[in-house]
Parts: sequence; structure tokens; C-alpha cells
Amino acid sequence: MELLSHLADGFATSLSPLNLMIVLIGVTAGLFIGAMPGLGSVNGVAIVLPLTFIVPPNSAIILLAAIYYGAMYGGAVSSILLGIPGASTAVATTFDGRPMAQQGKAGLALIAAAVASFVGGTISVILFTLFAVPLADIALAFGPAEEFALVLMAFTTFVGLGGDDVLKTIVMICLGLVLSTVGLDLISGQPRLIFFDQPGFYSGISFLVLAIGVYGIGEVLYTIETSKTAPTVTAAKITMRELGHGLREMNRLWKTMSLGSFLGFFVGMLPAAGATPAALMSYGVAKSISKKGKNFGKGEIEGVAAPETANNAASTGSLLPMLTLGIPGSPTTALLLGGMVMWGLVPGPMLFIEQPDFVWGLISSLYTANLAAVLVNIALIPLFVWALRMPFTVLCSLVMVLCIVGGYAPSQKMHDVWLIAGFGVAGYLLRKADYPLAPLVLALVLGPLMEKSFRQTLIAEQGNVLAFVERPISGTFMAIAALFFVLPLIKYIRRSGKKTVAPAE
Amino acid sequence: MKNTLTRRVTLALAASAALLAGTTGAALAEGWKPMKPVEMVIMAGQGGGADRLARLFQSMIQKENLSNMPMLPVNKGGGSGAEALRYLKDKSGDPHVIMATLNSYYTTPLRTDIGVDIEEFTPIARMAIDTFVLWVSADSGITNLEEYVAAVKEAGKDWKMGGTGTGAEDSLVTAMLEKEFGLSMTYVPFEGGGDVAKNLVGGHVNSTVNNPSEQMGFYNAGKSVPIAAFTPERIEAFPDVPTMTELGHDLVYAMQRSFVAPPDMPEEAVAYYTEMFSKLNELPEWQKYTADEALDRDFLTGDELQQYFLTEREKHAELLSAMGESS
Repeated sequence: MELLSHLADGFATSLSPLNLMIVLIGVTAGLFIGAMPGLGSVNGVAIVLPLTFIVPPNSAIILLAAIYYGAMYGGAVSSILLGIPGASTAVATTFDGRPMAQQGKAGLALIAAAVASFVGGTISVILFTLFAVPLADIALAFGPAEEFALVLMAFTTFVGLGGDDVLKTIVMICLGLVLSTVGLDLISGQPRLIFFDQPGFYSGISFLVLAIGVYGIGEVLYTIETSKTAPTVTAAKITMRELGHGLREMNRLWKTMSLGSFLGFFVGMLPAAGATPAALMSYGVAKSISKKGKNFGKGEIEGVAAPETANNAASTGSLLPMLTLGIPGSPTTALLLGGMVMWGLVPGPMLFIEQPDFVWGLISSLYTANLAAVLVNIALIPLFVWALRMPFTVLCSLVMVLCIVGGYAPSQKMHDVWLIAGFGVAGYLLRKADYPLAPLVLALVLGPLMEKSFRQTLIAEQGNVLAFVERPISGTFMAIAALFFVLPLIKYIRRSGKKTVAPAE
Repeated sequence: MKNTLTRRVTLALAASAALLAGTTGAALAEGWKPMKPVEMVIMAGQGGGADRLARLFQSMIQKENLSNMPMLPVNKGGGSGAEALRYLKDKSGDPHVIMATLNSYYTTPLRTDIGVDIEEFTPIARMAIDTFVLWVSADSGITNLEEYVAAVKEAGKDWKMGGTGTGAEDSLVTAMLEKEFGLSMTYVPFEGGGDVAKNLVGGHVNSTVNNPSEQMGFYNAGKSVPIAAFTPERIEAFPDVPTMTELGHDLVYAMQRSFVAPPDMPEEAVAYYTEMFSKLNELPEWQKYTADEALDRDFLTGDELQQYFLTEREKHAELLSAMGESS
């Protein structure tokens, strides 16, 4: 079979001693880059990029792929340990990862994340190997209307699962959408919502600033209040037995994980969608079909596995539009694209035919990088877990410092630091009032994409709103979205109806 | 464990130290060199002509060691580059930021109220002039300009022209087309040229005026068809594609690809980057790329470049008002 011989050629390159060493360096570097909120990509990439020019081009691709994978694994680490998602793709991992850490099961949660990432990565690389070329056409079928429907679907899965209080979830989504409109209008370029004429608002409010504020600072404030000086995270330990236990646990979850992998791969493949909606939808679907659905959000291992399989699968999927259409889905894929241009490769439908060496070298290195990433990750888990043994007073101040530096580093503006402080206080108050924070943060991430695709469709269709339901793909998504939205609402109304009949609790 | 945290903190401290060094100690001595990675802001979304070019420069600079610090490309394509312009203005005096521009460098500040005057920015170097071509997808069956005009006339407002932001280059070229042929199409703005190209091939818009490099991948795969070029003479890479001029229509428009820096960048830093780009201009790789991708290498720096920008801004102001531009 032609496919297999191509792949074998690819492996011949990626398994050489030099390349294996490069994979190890790459995933380790990637892991730390991914694990540091804010300090992440930009500076990390700066350190590593020059290395790609001192090794042969094939090894350079492998290095980039390894960093890419390592960073994906790393994203879960700070979500679980500190409750601060390092990237928007890891927001869903906090839902159950953080509670697990608080129950002293940080080690188990990290194992779950690593194994799930591995499964998601592997299944999607296999899908990629087999179907990359035909699938490119599906990506092409996605226009603005389909993009809108997809994002809407991601939002509604969220309403259904965001928490017990649907109204509060909707309020938070709306607040997030308002925040997402701050800055310059995507289409006309006109400034919007520039509060107090502060120039800092021109560049909008970034995900990182909001997430670090509400999760990082907010969490610290909340913990200080609720626990005074007692450590909230019960000492976590990690032993070989624990590891075996974790692996057995994961073995039960193959259904959730394979579903998450497929979902993640397909959503990730669509240009502009990417890993954030994929992780969310996977969490939503897992919650609604799992027998333990009720425990989601309270430290259920399945709630860590579902989004982690999907976001890794999606990041592999997002390589597809980059290679076949030349549209990178994330800063890291953009880095890969930059490398390709440098080596004189033109991304497009012909790449697979004209440059098989490059394409198959890249694909085979995804296999090795994935395996290396899971091994390095599991080896480092004890290190991560020990971090939680620090006295709370020390940990707490370290987190504060990390939050501020992490918020300042990407844009280097004090404006963002003040925003983080503001969001921190707001996040603390919202938490006390029992408002879910994730819908707020996710609305900020998905809002601009939704607004842009909505307006592009209306312009293209000359104001015909029916366009969203008339097109087959977007129509289907819209129907699913409607279902997801109405069901929990009905449940909610029913429940509150009953409540008014029954005597107040 | 402590290891992770100490490592994080060390990194954090290193980062902040680098920041401090960057902002205070910069540009004192002669022979100034960047002291931390240089941000290369791109005024357009990922995958477009401007983006690819900037990333190509970045990798050539690093490969040939033209700078002692790496370049970090950052896309700020929102609002036809308004995001990038505003960002650069706010970085006034910063020696570690440069920006890759295109023609929206003139049009965006003219159209929007973002408080940016490009005369304040520091010109670095103009690397090339890029070309525009009218494209349709292969599925449309259209192969020449006559068929194109007839098809657009028949479809009227249902004809969708895809392009970059409203008021940016693509929409100017579209407006020229409409005026010349008495057409009226629906213009759909996207974030970058790569996005535009993909939407043409996917059938979500009917035609585009992409730069050749943006369609090259699809053109080679036989998925898109060039109709006519908006150049004075035929493009070398497309010898069979007629120009609008030879078809009897006086439609010529070109895109500059330059680098500028924030207002009040220290002179030593300006000299450093100018030197860096002039070395880059001599690289055989760059010369090969420009030939392959139908770019016109046209190097210009300093006051002459600023003069060029200001003349072009005048021209675009006239173009915009002639088109009766409304946003």
C-alpha cells in the first residue's frame, strides 16, 4: 500500500538518534511552555525557533511538531494544579481537574490528562494519516454560515451543562460577549467601547487577562477567605500504585475518549474553529451521555479525560487546513507555517503530491512526538504534584506573582495588569454570588468568531437570515444547537415550577 | 516540585529583567543591537500575502543571522489593520517593535477614527511591490473577462466578491472594477487573504482579487482561474493572463510591502533595522522568491520612503473619496 510505504519512509527519518533526541528536547520544552500561563508561547517560541535553523530541515519539522505536542499536554497542568487555564483550549479541563486537585487527587487528574491527550493525539494522527487528502474538501465546504452555526452549537452545549443555574449561565455568556466587543470592530475597523478613552482598550480584552484575573487572582482571594491558613489542597501523593490505578481508571473511559477524539479531530479540522469549541463540546457530550454525568464539575475523572482528548485531537486536526489550505489555526501552527515557507514549500492541495517527504516526515514525527510527550509528562507528574505540598501562604503569593507577570509579559502594558486586578476582584465577587465563570471566559474567546461569521453571512446573503438554516451543514448544526438550548431550559422551567409549589427549602 | 515553581519563577524573573533592560538601557551606545526578541507586527490576518511574506522574512533573518535576536511575528489584522496601527502608535519610542505593512497602512487611518497619523511613524524599508489578479473558481466555468462581466451583470447583487476588510486594497480594486464595467456586486470582507482564497475555492464567494501568492497553491491544483491582472505589464509567472490595460481598461493597482517602526524610534535602532533589511534585500533566496511569486523587488528606505508613503496616502485619499466610500 502506497500510504504505508510513505509512512515507513517518514519513520525512517523520524527514528534516527538525532531526531529522537530532538523529540525529547522538544516535548519537554513544549510541556513547560504550555504549562506557564502567559509566559507561554511568545517567549517560549523565541527561545526555540533559532534552534530549527541549526539542524537539518527534517529535524526542524520534528522539533516544531514536538514542541507543538508538548505544549498541548502542558496546557492541562496549570488548569489542574492552579485552576488557571494556560490557554483557552484548557478551560474545560479546569471544571473537573481543579476539584480533583482540591480533593488530593491531583496526581490522578494529571495522569488522566496525559493519557487522554495521548489517546486523542494518537487516534487523530491515525485519522490524519488515512484521510487527510479527502477531508480537505470538507474543510472547504465551511463558509461563514457554517462557522457561525458551529460556534453557536458550542455555546448552546455550554448552556446545557454550564451549571445548575441556567439563567446565571446565560447572564455570564452575555457579559462575556459584551467584553468581547471591546476594541476595534473586526469588519469596519471602528473603535468600540473604549472605556474612559484608555488607549489600552483599542486592542480589546485578551483571553489571558480575563482568565488570569477571574481564575488566578479570584481563586486566591476566595481561598484566602474560605480557608484562612489551612491548605485547601490536601497533600497529593503519587506512587507507582497510584499510576497503575490511574491507568485502570482510564481503561474504563475508552468510550468517552474515542468519542472525544473523533469530535476533536473533526471540529479542529474546520478552519477557524479549533480546539476550544472542540474541548467544550466533548465535555458537554460526555456529561450528557455518561452515567456519572451528575458528578461532572465535582471532580470526575471522565470530566478531565473528555476535554483533554478532544483538544489534543483538535490540534492535530488543525494541521490539516494549514497544510492543505495554508490557513494556520493557532499561533503554534503559524510557526509551523513560517517554517514551511522558509523551506520553499507552498501549502495547498498539491503539497501532498509535490512534497511527500515533508508531509510524511511531519506525520510520522507526530506519532513519535506524541509517545515521547506522554512519557515525559508522566515522568514529570511527581514534580508537578510536589508543587502543591508547599505551605499555602507561600503557594498563594507565588500564584499572585505568576499571575501578574504572566499577564504583563505578552503585551507588556500596565493596562493589562490593572485589568487583571479588576477582573480578579470581580471574579471573586461573582464566585461568592455563585455565578459560573467559565461561560464568561469562553464567550470572550468565541464571541469575536461568532460575530464575524454572523456579519459575513448577512453581508454575503444580503440580509437574509434564513441563510443559516437553508444551507445543509449549517442547518443541521442550527437544529442541534436549538435542541441543546431548549432542553435544559425546559428542565429548568419545570424544576422551578415545582419549586414554587413545594414549600420553600 | 520546588523545581517547577523555582523554574517558573526564574523564568519569570528573567523575562522581567529582559523587559527592564529592553526599555531603559536601550540604544545608548553606538552600534546598537536589539536586547530582546523583536516583535514583528503584521497588519493582516494569518495566511494572507502580507503574513506569508513577513514570516518568510522572519525565517530568512534568523537563518542568515541578520539579527542577533529572533523576530516574533504577531498578527494584528482586526479592522483592516487598525488594531496593528493603534498598537504601533502605543509603542512609541520602543526599539523592539517593527511592523510589516500593506496598503491598508494608508487607507485604514483615512477611513477610521483611531487617532493614527502615519506621518508620525518611522519608515524602515520598502521590500517589494505586489500585484493583483482577478480570480474565479474553476467550477464557475468562466475563463475570460467578457464572460466574467456578463456573469456578474446577470447575477447582480447576488454576485459575491470576497476580499480583505471593507475599505482596504481589495475593496478599492473591487470598486474600480464596478465603476469601469458598471457592475454592482456584494462585497464580503474577511480577515486575511488566505481566508479569502479558501472561501473562493470553497464556493462561498464568486470572485476575488487575491495577490498571486495567496492563490498559488489552489492555482497549481487547478482549482482557481486567473482572469486578468491589474498590472501595467503581464506578470512573469502568468504569461497567459492578460492585463486589464491590454484588454482596453485602464485599471492598474499595486500593493507595497514595507516595514515601518513606532513613532520616535531611536536613530541607532532605525539604522540597525535598515541595515538588516538591506542585507536581506541582497539574499539570493529573496530574489528567487520574488521571481517565483510574481513580486516586484523594489527597495527604498529613509526619507524617500516616507515621501513615497505620503504621496500614496494622497492618492488613496482621492481614490476613497472618488469611490464615495461608505463603511
